[in-house]
Amino acid sequence: MYPFTYHRPKTIAEAQQAFSEGMDATFLSGGHTLLPTLKQRLAAPSDLIDVTGIPEMQGIEEAGGFLKIGAATTHDTVFASPIVRRLIPALSGLAGSIGDRHVRHRGTIGGSTANNDPSADYPSAVLGLGATVITDRREMASDDFFVGLYETAREPGEIVTRIDFPVPDIACYAKFRSPASRYSIVAVFVSKTGSAVRVAVTGAGASGVFRLPEFEEALSADFRPEAIAHLTVDPDMLLSDMSATAEYRADLIRVMARRAVEKPGQIQSFK
Amino acid sequence: MALISMTVNGVQVSQEVDDSTLLIEFLREKLKLTGTHMGCDTTQCGCCVVHIDGVSAKSCTVLVGQAAGRSVTTIEGLAKGGELHPLQKAFREHHALQCGFCTPGQIMAGAELIATYPGELNEHVVREEMEGNLCRCTGYHNIVRAILAAGAEIRGTKITDPTLASHSVEG
Repeated sequence: MYPFTYHRPKTIAEAQQAFSEGMDATFLSGGHTLLPTLKQRLAAPSDLIDVTGIPEMQGIEEAGGFLKIGAATTHDTVFASPIVRRLIPALSGLAGSIGDRHVRHRGTIGGSTANNDPSADYPSAVLGLGATVITDRREMASDDFFVGLYETAREPGEIVTRIDFPVPDIACYAKFRSPASRYSIVAVFVSKTGSAVRVAVTGAGASGVFRLPEFEEALSADFRPEAIAHLTVDPDMLLSDMSATAEYRADLIRVMARRAVEKPGQIQSFK
Repeated sequence: MALISMTVNGVQVSQEVDDSTLLIEFLREKLKLTGTHMGCDTTQCGCCVVHIDGVSAKSCTVLVGQAAGRSVTTIEGLAKGGELHPLQKAFREHHALQCGFCTPGQIMAGAELIATYPGELNEHVVREEMEGNLCRCTGYHNIVRAILAAGAEIRGTKITDPTLASHSVEG
């Protein structure tokens, strides 16, 4: 790693100040993407600002029909939370399916969402549930937040502080993951609220997480696996790498979407 | 540079280190606690697992500053009063290691699993929860057996793996 200065602010104001004073500062949460990146010398920030010591970025609560999760809350905490299990069991299951036990003890929901790795699990839940991303300066709909590969609508120095999930009638998640990297090759998050259905895909998109309007329309009319059996996905918009070709991913999306809908309220992990 | 203080295996330590020092580097190079092993250095293999405030973590992917003020336990701190931890004994009894390189991480991960997993420990749970620890020589059968045996001893429960009752060790 190139040298940097480590900061551990106790408030958002302190974090903002550390960012503005740094030459090329960046935020650190669980560090399970950032530290491996720094070890490979793919980035050379002057300052790392650890946001996990900021109390208002921690915790899980139910308020005003939303499930509100502080950005620095770890995957393990989301997984084990009785509130999350009661309100959105598929979200708890998704958190419990990330990486491995030790990774889940460190990685955070805000870090994963702000990083927008095309293979990360959380972006599909944030987009698939139509969550609102709260930052230190504004609120953004998930449809506006995710912009491209590792890119979000965050401005320089903008801190994701919380994510508010509307509570759906049904949510489900099916993922097909690489047993080596434990990242999703394809994963599909489906939610249904009234007659509105959202289907979000991660692991596959050449521009990161994305929605499938055709699948949403079909499932809005008829929330059964049969309703999407005839639909296909265009491989042109998909990633091709050593794990899977774009064509294989296109087929996996179809299969994972069907399997997700087959088991409402559950998460399934295939490898 | 920063003055970093933490408790390691019950002892308060303070050292002046670079901010970019990893927890594993601090343990091995500054404190000379070389039981924690650096395997892959990419958060995959789990050889470097330690406990931070009782919670398992891969110490190759934690900055020393992130562990400042906390209580860290390494494999050297697991035995108490000259008596091996039940999982250390079980690893010996069930021949759960060959070359031994991954063993400190396996034992720290298994000990935390036994101490904190809220439900019943059975073979499926142990295999799923130990997924972040790789062994490249023995395979996992005897590691799983050792964790189940130590888990039953520590928790005062019956062993749920029937092959353990007869001390069967076939692969």
